[in-house]
Amino acid sequence: MSTWIDIAALDDIQPRGARVIKTQHGCVAVFRAHDDRVYAIDDACPHKKGPLSEGIVHGNAVTCPLHNWVINLETGMAQGADDGRVNTYEIKVEDGRVLLDCERLITATTE
Amino acid sequence: MSQKLVIIGAGMASGKLIEELLDRAPDAYDIKLFGAEPRGNYNRIMLSPVLAGDKSFDEIVTHDADWYRENGIECRFNEAVVKVDRKRKIIVSERGETAYDKLIVATGSASFFIPVAGNDLPGVIGFRDYDDVETMLKAAGKPNGKAVVIGGGLLGLEAAAALSYQGMDVTVLHLMGHLMERQLDPAAGYLLQKELEGRGINVVCNAHTNAIIGKDHVEAVVLENDVTFGAGLVVMAAGIRPEVRLATDAGIHVERGIVVDDAMHTSDPDIFAVGECVEHDNIVYGLVAPLYDMAKVLASTLIEEEAKFTAPVVSTKLKVTGVDLFSVGDFAEAEDREEIVFRDPARGVYKRLIIQENRIIGVVMYGDTADSNWFFAKLKSGEDISENRETLIYGPAFQGGEIQDPLALIAALPNDAEICGCNGVCKGTIVDAINEGAHDLGAIKTSTKASASCGTCTGLVEQLLAATLGDAFEAPTSQPMCSCTDFAHEDVRRIIKSQELKTMAAVMQECGWKTSCGCPSCRPALNYYMIAEWPLEYKDDAQSRFVNERNHANIQKDGTYSVLPRMWGGMTTPDELRAIADAADKYNVPAVKVTGGQRIDLLGVRKEDLPDMWADLNAAGMVSGHAYSKGLRTVKTCVGTDFCRFGTQDSTGLGIKLEKILWGSWTPHKVKLGVSGCPRNCAEATCKDLGIVCVDSGYEVSVAGAAGMEVKKTEFLAKVETEDEAINLSIAFIQLYREQGRYLDRIWKWVHKVGLEWIKEQVVEDLKQRAELIERFEISQSVYRKDPWAEQSTEQFKKDKWSAVADLTLEAAE
Repeated sequence: MSTWIDIAALDDIQPRGARVIKTQHGCVAVFRAHDDRVYAIDDACPHKKGPLSEGIVHGNAVTCPLHNWVINLETGMAQGADDGRVNTYEIKVEDGRVLLDCERLITATTE
Repeated sequence: MSQKLVIIGAGMASGKLIEELLDRAPDAYDIKLFGAEPRGNYNRIMLSPVLAGDKSFDEIVTHDADWYRENGIECRFNEAVVKVDRKRKIIVSERGETAYDKLIVATGSASFFIPVAGNDLPGVIGFRDYDDVETMLKAAGKPNGKAVVIGGGLLGLEAAAALSYQGMDVTVLHLMGHLMERQLDPAAGYLLQKELEGRGINVVCNAHTNAIIGKDHVEAVVLENDVTFGAGLVVMAAGIRPEVRLATDAGIHVERGIVVDDAMHTSDPDIFAVGECVEHDNIVYGLVAPLYDMAKVLASTLIEEEAKFTAPVVSTKLKVTGVDLFSVGDFAEAEDREEIVFRDPARGVYKRLIIQENRIIGVVMYGDTADSNWFFAKLKSGEDISENRETLIYGPAFQGGEIQDPLALIAALPNDAEICGCNGVCKGTIVDAINEGAHDLGAIKTSTKASASCGTCTGLVEQLLAATLGDAFEAPTSQPMCSCTDFAHEDVRRIIKSQELKTMAAVMQECGWKTSCGCPSCRPALNYYMIAEWPLEYKDDAQSRFVNERNHANIQKDGTYSVLPRMWGGMTTPDELRAIADAADKYNVPAVKVTGGQRIDLLGVRKEDLPDMWADLNAAGMVSGHAYSKGLRTVKTCVGTDFCRFGTQDSTGLGIKLEKILWGSWTPHKVKLGVSGCPRNCAEATCKDLGIVCVDSGYEVSVAGAAGMEVKKTEFLAKVETEDEAINLSIAFIQLYREQGRYLDRIWKWVHKVGLEWIKEQVVEDLKQRAELIERFEISQSVYRKDPWAEQSTEQFKKDKWSAVADLTLEAAE
């Protein structure tokens, strides 16, 4: 069952940028790609917990600002030679508003 | 109809010759090949490894009977030729007569048996062919076998090491004072002897053999001083003797060897000679490289092409596992010669270069021969080494990018050699990635992370690509900016200017970017190029900036930031210090540090506190120190004439003026300045990107220093008389760097690329150009000479861009 929560306006997020959502389990980064698709993943790189929301967004990936790990926003998987993944969350845009599936957020973070 | 070519001797030289002929004129001759041995051609220099058991005989065969048959060559193996009849143009072998049009004598050489009693006893053998190896292996198969090797040269030592490895008790008797005296000097000979003795081989130098004794078989070798060594096997390795009997009998001109001219003709126009049986220009050769050269020359002669054999420089390596030894050229001492010697007693390493008139004429290396090819190349080219003489002995790794044959070097690296220090990637990993299809730098970065961090190993990775892929890898003439484009930085920059591209999207479109919106390596570079080219039109793109430049603070390993307010010229006031102290208290700053750039760093600040902290510091009159930017960092100064009794000019004042003019400007990489009030140079100006040293008569401006991963002293740009001139020169220089420098090239690197002379022409000599550069810098600064902290510490900015967009802590808890 999905529980969609209105997070923000799409325009609150810069294209190729990110904002964070505070949760009980730490921050979730919400990304807006160059093509206005949005993604939500944990704001902590699997490598050394670097804040992914501060990384450079390119295509549907983000490069961690600390040690340049590249994380796929769609899958949460580290790309290339690096091994690791971050939690991803269902997120969508409706009428210019960004909606996050809170149910998934809760189950995913308690895995 | 093809001519009848008869070749006597099926060794390495004739093997090479036949290959050449088949390759270049397959139908010119009808070839008959006679060999006294019952087998085809094999790689004789590999007999030692066969003897040591490292290789099998089959592995060293180069041409077997089938190969010859397939190529239409009639083989007469195991058939010795006994006579050449030049009048009738026939040769006589055990099975009859064979006519020839052209005859090649390639009879090789035989071991020289020292002329002592008993040298013909069974068990006394040479070391020339596989029969000898079989004899030795048979002897080694007997328990408690003892062997004496007479001759401590290349061949003798290889035999000794192999026999010892096969379990025999081996003694080497050497006539001279040290081993391999033709290739090694006494020091290297000593190390070699020590190594061999460490393996249980008994080495006796200055050993004059008096007799070999035994009844039906060899039993012992006796020296002049009556010292006796028991031996069931004696290997004669005291030199070789060209096998010239046939030629001598036929009346061909023979000295030590069969005399040939540059084209390999003997004294008979239809008879040629090649290989170890030959004497050319009074020299007899025993190493394979010159023999192969001879074979090529002879092939040309036979097909009536002109070619000349010239005496080559040959190097020596000992094929004994675990012994690294290299020698080439002339290494005798003489009055007009100098030497460079390196020794590492702990590792048993010895290297010696013999220099004559600033050229390497000889090289001896023992224990570490990794750089031998590099020295050999220098010896052959005869290049003048005076310039890097100081570091020459340390090899190419210490010569600052002057590696002559990087591919040979990289190919020789072991698989566990670390190529990328940042990410700990070894050669083997990269080679595997290449073999699995990563055929360019970008692909290797992605799949292995090699060269994905500091990038200093990029060259090595490219060499690995070239070494692994061979011709399939086209080394890029100019490295593309990144995998998004085929254009190099310089190309893109040129297009931005010429096409007047003023948005990033336009650049990516016009240059055919392969990605939708670039990558973390090209976007910051493009953003910089656009800012530098179109300061008024282009809008800085925060999303194309690395986190530090976007957040105007340095991110730390735990995701906190450091805050560093500017202190102009390193000067501060009690009020400023109080404001810093207050901010440190108010925001619970865990660490306060004085930096090398004469200011104070507040470390460990949480991101949400940054705007408030900036506002507080702004209120005390301080601005961003840009300690995070590819831009002007600091201008370090000394106290100058204001207080110092040695100061010649107001260095502090000049530093502050420069900093106030330059701050806020973006540059390809960070820029640090220093201004010292006198040549004592307390501000350490001479290792900065731009340094000014004040003297009584003016200001000495120098550039391109570095004190980071590289350490470099600045190079002199110009001396000027007035402070204004010093400032103008500095601005013009930095603007030139802004316009020309490749993104992420520090000033020293850029200067190195374009050359200081060119820069002098632009900013020192061409005053019109200098003025234009200053004008363009001022236009850019009209936009960028401002405090980013002030802009980003507003409530609106915090709300729109900075803080969390939502707080779900309550919802998630429900």
